[in-house]
Amino acid sequence: MTYQEVKDIFYNGLWKQNTGLVQLLGLCPILAVSSSVVNAVSLGLATALVMTIASATISPIRSAVPNEARIPVFILIIAVLVTVIQYAMNAYVHALYLVLGIFIPLITTNCIVLARIEAFASKQPPFQSAIDGLAMGLGLTAVLAVLGGMREVFGHGTLLSGIDMVFGASAKAWVVTIVPDYHGFLLAILPPGAFITLGLLIAGKNYMSMRAAANEKKRIIPIASAA
Amino acid sequence: MRKHSHPISAFFSPFISKSDSVSAIMLKVILALIPGIALYVWYFGPAILVSITLASITALATEAAMLKLRNRPIAPFLKDNSALLTAWLLALSIPPLAPWWLIVVGTAFCIAVAKHLYGGLGNNPFNPAMIGYAVLIVSFPVQMTQWISPQGMGGFELSFMQQLQYIFSGILPDGIKLDAITMATPLDTLKTQLHLAHPVSEILTQPIFGQLAGHGSEMVAGGFMIGGLYLLATRIISWHLPVAYLGTLFAIAGIFHLVDPAHYVEPLFHWFSGAAMLGAFFILTDPISSPTTHKGKLIFAAGAGLITYLIRVYGAFPDGMAFSTLLMNICVPLIDAYTQPKVFGKKEKQA
Repeated sequence: MTYQEVKDIFYNGLWKQNTGLVQLLGLCPILAVSSSVVNAVSLGLATALVMTIASATISPIRSAVPNEARIPVFILIIAVLVTVIQYAMNAYVHALYLVLGIFIPLITTNCIVLARIEAFASKQPPFQSAIDGLAMGLGLTAVLAVLGGMREVFGHGTLLSGIDMVFGASAKAWVVTIVPDYHGFLLAILPPGAFITLGLLIAGKNYMSMRAAANEKKRIIPIASAA
Repeated sequence: MRKHSHPISAFFSPFISKSDSVSAIMLKVILALIPGIALYVWYFGPAILVSITLASITALATEAAMLKLRNRPIAPFLKDNSALLTAWLLALSIPPLAPWWLIVVGTAFCIAVAKHLYGGLGNNPFNPAMIGYAVLIVSFPVQMTQWISPQGMGGFELSFMQQLQYIFSGILPDGIKLDAITMATPLDTLKTQLHLAHPVSEILTQPIFGQLAGHGSEMVAGGFMIGGLYLLATRIISWHLPVAYLGTLFAIAGIFHLVDPAHYVEPLFHWFSGAAMLGAFFILTDPISSPTTHKGKLIFAAGAGLITYLIRVYGAFPDGMAFSTLLMNICVPLIDAYTQPKVFGKKEKQA
């Protein structure tokens, strides 16, 4: 496996085929838990971990699984991994576990996990599959971080609130207050805020891709006309 | 279009007269709001004029900024008056004494998100002013309840300068509490008193209520009705929407009132309280977000009337105009699809 191959997989996962902005898979947790950066990034990282291990586990056994029974087998493996992560979070970051609630076990049914296994891990060697799971998971986490950040700033005027749930009470001082004495814009925290902000992010991504494509064209045309 | 310069042309077909431009129609609708606004100022003081001014400035600025971002010509669209109408309707729906930023945020949201992100004038599936109202009541419920009490009710009355000061800085004159200048709306009062198990006849004797509905606010609703009748008379709006809306509201309220007059107020109370009159003639009649067929208009407005009544009587919010309009807006494509008139001469297929 070459360096270029790894680079391509990461470029796909983080930008070109980003799960949140391009594939639009697994939107339920994206919309539900992205009301603050800490919640969003925590669930994003948990999902990335599940995706990496699940892809790495399923890829080696891909030829042993009968095609007709592959979905139940994949789901069982994912469910086991999610259960382990759920218990781990319950034990080590209990406050966060309570906030994220049902969305941790729901990683099992998150369609992006199964989609990458169907589309990638069940056809590719283990190392590439693990990289793909990681890259897709980190792409999702990045979108969740930006979405959570925007909703938190607009909704509460803060950033990183609830960080003490992850790093202990001493981390309370890390919370950044962007707008002091903020009235709170409840809409940003409620579901409509999630839909509107995600729509704006997708529009922004499309705009940047279009600009990049237009620039590419400009660079090529002079050479073509010269030829 | 051919110009008919000679009077004899009126005798020959085609009998098509030049219809009003969007700009002229919108201006007439805005003018029709004036009787209601005048009565508003008479009963509640001039604070509403401040909200209308703030909303108008914000609407025009947001409209210009969005048109610029979308690479559209700015001047012709600014002159079509549609942004101004949205701004006025939103300003009339929210408490006039609310802090200045409330109307600014609401209007900017109406124009930027509810209108331009959906493709601008003619493409918005939802009534922009009602989207603005829904955003504000969901996000800032406390500020949205600061309704000013009508003048001559024995409460303290702020002068215009004091109202201005309160809107922009939140400072009231010494010794005056917010409770002294605001009160619950008639619909709110009715709802809370009914929860306390008082009969309707006893509740309506309170000074906040007038002849038909709330003291002062019933006259404002009447002012909007006069403006609405002017729009009907000049054929700017068709009768289907207001008649179906007010008719449904009257019928349901009437049935409930006849069955149990101690718990349900008479239908005219519903007509002249809250945003029913403003909604029937000015909000539901938005030509963009309402159905195009006559039958569709009747269904649309009747549904809105039903939902308004249900929200008022059983819902958590005091008035249901905004949410009933938005819920029915969602149904418009479906209503339009099912109410297409038959093409003349075409036979139904036998099943």
